[in-house]
Amino acid sequence: MAERYTSFEPGGRRWLWQRLTAAFLVVVLAFHFFLLHFLNHADEVTFALSQARMEQLTYFSLMILFLITATFHGVNGVYNALVNMGLSGSRKTAVKAILGVASLVLIVQGVRTALAWAGGVPI
Amino acid sequence: MSQSYNRGLIEDFSRWREFSAGMWAWIFHKFTGWVLVGYLFTHIAVLSTALSGAAAYTNTIQALESLLVVRILEVGLLAVAVFHILNGLRLLFVDLGVGLEAQDQSFYASLILTGVIVIASVPTFLSGVSI
Repeated sequence: MAERYTSFEPGGRRWLWQRLTAAFLVVVLAFHFFLLHFLNHADEVTFALSQARMEQLTYFSLMILFLITATFHGVNGVYNALVNMGLSGSRKTAVKAILGVASLVLIVQGVRTALAWAGGVPI
Repeated sequence: MSQSYNRGLIEDFSRWREFSAGMWAWIFHKFTGWVLVGYLFTHIAVLSTALSGAAAYTNTIQALESLLVVRILEVGLLAVAVFHILNGLRLLFVDLGVGLEAQDQSFYASLILTGVIVIASVPTFLSGVSI
């Protein structure tokens, strides 16, 4: 009898989305670290330098996509870990709602910050 | 027919001597995931100082980066992120049915490569900070 070596519920799509976002994040997170710690140094960060990057549509849209996928991947991972630890019933529903709201707040705040740097959508 | 794999409770710490490489990989991946999602919220909160103006953002980042403890935490964050990335790649391959028979060796390789990358990055992460 085959065993399922996974924390995810069978038949759900959360597993697939977790893997798809992971494949994207592996590349973009590595790029993010390399750009902001090796090509540029963290102690040299200024508003003007962040602004110069964010004013480019390619970089701006990549960072927005990065924010959304990282939030989904992180929060979905937390949710699945909690379900795997036995979360169920009304507590599961409540945790799902709280994590959903927290994700939304994080994404809205991140987009507002990106817009502050770029001075609006850089089209 | 398949059945769910029951790992037992990792909170039962006395079992740690029984853990295999795959179990440690699962625990480390979960731990690094919790750290990264916690950091994501903190990161956006700090970056949000840009909403208060250019000076507020620049001063906040440069003040934080002048602290040795922040630089050391950044090295820790790098270690956590690199392991999560490398072990995540290992998981993607295992999910695709590639290298399942060598999953323990690939876990050890993830750990060693994480160590090498982090040690090699320490000078960059600590440059320009005063104690």
